[in-house]
Amino acid sequence: MPSNENRQRAASARTGWALSAPALLLLGFAASGPLLIVLVYSFLTPGDYGNVVWKFSLDGWRGILFTRDIFDGTLHLADANLTIFWRSVKLSLLTTAITFAVGFPTAWFIATRPAKSRALWLFLITIPFWTNLLIRTVAINEVIRNEGIINTLLIWTGLITEPLRIIYTDTAVLIGMAYVYLPLMVLPLFAAIDRFDMKLLEAGYDLYASRWQVLRRVILPIVKPGIVAGSILVFVPSLGAYVTPRVLGGGKNMMIGNFIELQFGAGRNWPLGAALSMTLLIIVTVALLFYVRAANRGSPHG
Amino acid sequence: MAERAFSATRLPGFAMIAVAVFLVLYLPIFTLVIFSFNDANSVAIWGGFSLRWYQIAWANDAVKEAAVRSLIIATSAALIATTVATMAALGTTRRAAFKGQTLIYVIINQPLMVPEIVTAVALLIFFGFIKVTTGYQGLGYLIAAHSAFCVPFAYLPIRARLEGMDLSLETAAADLYATPWQTFRKVTLPILLPGIIAGAMLAFVISLDDVVITEFVKSGGQDTLPTYMLGQIRRAVTPDVNAISTALLVLTVLLLTAFFLLTRRRD
Repeated sequence: MPSNENRQRAASARTGWALSAPALLLLGFAASGPLLIVLVYSFLTPGDYGNVVWKFSLDGWRGILFTRDIFDGTLHLADANLTIFWRSVKLSLLTTAITFAVGFPTAWFIATRPAKSRALWLFLITIPFWTNLLIRTVAINEVIRNEGIINTLLIWTGLITEPLRIIYTDTAVLIGMAYVYLPLMVLPLFAAIDRFDMKLLEAGYDLYASRWQVLRRVILPIVKPGIVAGSILVFVPSLGAYVTPRVLGGGKNMMIGNFIELQFGAGRNWPLGAALSMTLLIIVTVALLFYVRAANRGSPHG
Repeated sequence: MAERAFSATRLPGFAMIAVAVFLVLYLPIFTLVIFSFNDANSVAIWGGFSLRWYQIAWANDAVKEAAVRSLIIATSAALIATTVATMAALGTTRRAAFKGQTLIYVIINQPLMVPEIVTAVALLIFFGFIKVTTGYQGLGYLIAAHSAFCVPFAYLPIRARLEGMDLSLETAAADLYATPWQTFRKVTLPILLPGIIAGAMLAFVISLDDVVITEFVKSGGQDTLPTYMLGQIRRAVTPDVNAISTALLVLTVLLLTAFFLLTRRRD
């Protein structure tokens, strides 16, 4: 016979599920559930005018890396696709590196402010984090465009006569992504540095360590979970970026996100688009699992 | 001359980089705001103060309709997301851990993890299918999509508030023969309210800002302000885009400031 306590626990669990049910239904309908349809679509045959024909095919997945020769039907590596993947990975890694290089000193600066002004500095980092990514991309666009602020100033001062062509290049996308994702690096770094016991620094200096040695041997190892967290929080959205490469990269400098969109538009290859989406999802999930592991290791119980 | 005192926490060059970072972070945004008040047709050369880009943007029916649509969607999404998130927060906190609780967390926070473009594609396929089957083309799809990805943003502040809440007040109410519903209405809800308002505001901001999912889910003629802007930028950047951006920016910053004031009281 179940004890009274067991019965209470079961009732409590039922209430928990019942109260969560509306949220779960909503997310199942308009977020998680449809992901399964994408998985199914990646195994179907493209229709002539977009959409799919309900016939099993592995061409969607094969199409990620290979193209079929239209004459003899042999498979070749799809160079155009590889260029896009390489650009996505390269730009995302560079974005992560740049945001770390400037984000670490910024997080350190915020964490070492007196308690009162610290909240204000933190708020100043948080505002861009919550403001519209499109607006921030537009703002960067107006700085680096041919007729933008930088070029207007440089031409006005006579340093150059022709505008520097930054817009619609990989560099433009890189500048844009570093700009819009920087707060995602600074916030977890700040959280890690904030927990750091500053007495360890004095201990290091007492033992005649140089500033560089203290940074490398004391600070960096201890705040490593924050570094991992920040890197993944920047890398993941960079890899799936859509708005920034579209606005700053123009039509040619596509990243995976834009390549996926193309398959559902002019490309008319929904199964390939679905397979690409699933690939992106898998990469992101693996990255997030690393994040969870790093985060758990960072906790005092880990 | 006194030398600067040795400070263990100071690392050479760090403060300079940090100040430069803040400047770089804010200068483009300030420039965008300033040039929205520019009288000239340029977004780089100053021609005197004027509100004409605001007048031009407001006189444009497409902008006005997009603005109204954005507000309708954001308000509906914030209301729906906050309601289901409040219930879910009540269901997943302050009770013994139960089987499947982790699964509920994962599903609720899923929109924070899955790349937007993947969700956008999934909804394009799924809602496209429903659109064809039912013939319904209205705003319902956008409201459903926005409500869903706003749930975690509403859930997290509400849950934080609940976890910091004192159980003894509710126990006291129960001791005084209040029914569970009375206890909820008169005790739990009032204490929870700042968390709920904070969650609703975050949801509203997130919905108002969305580009990618809206771009894929909307039917013809259903532009919101951000997707309208995205379409405009493709042609040429005109200062009326600055005016719309500035208006959105001001709304966001006001809501965020209110959010921080609401949640700060906890500490």
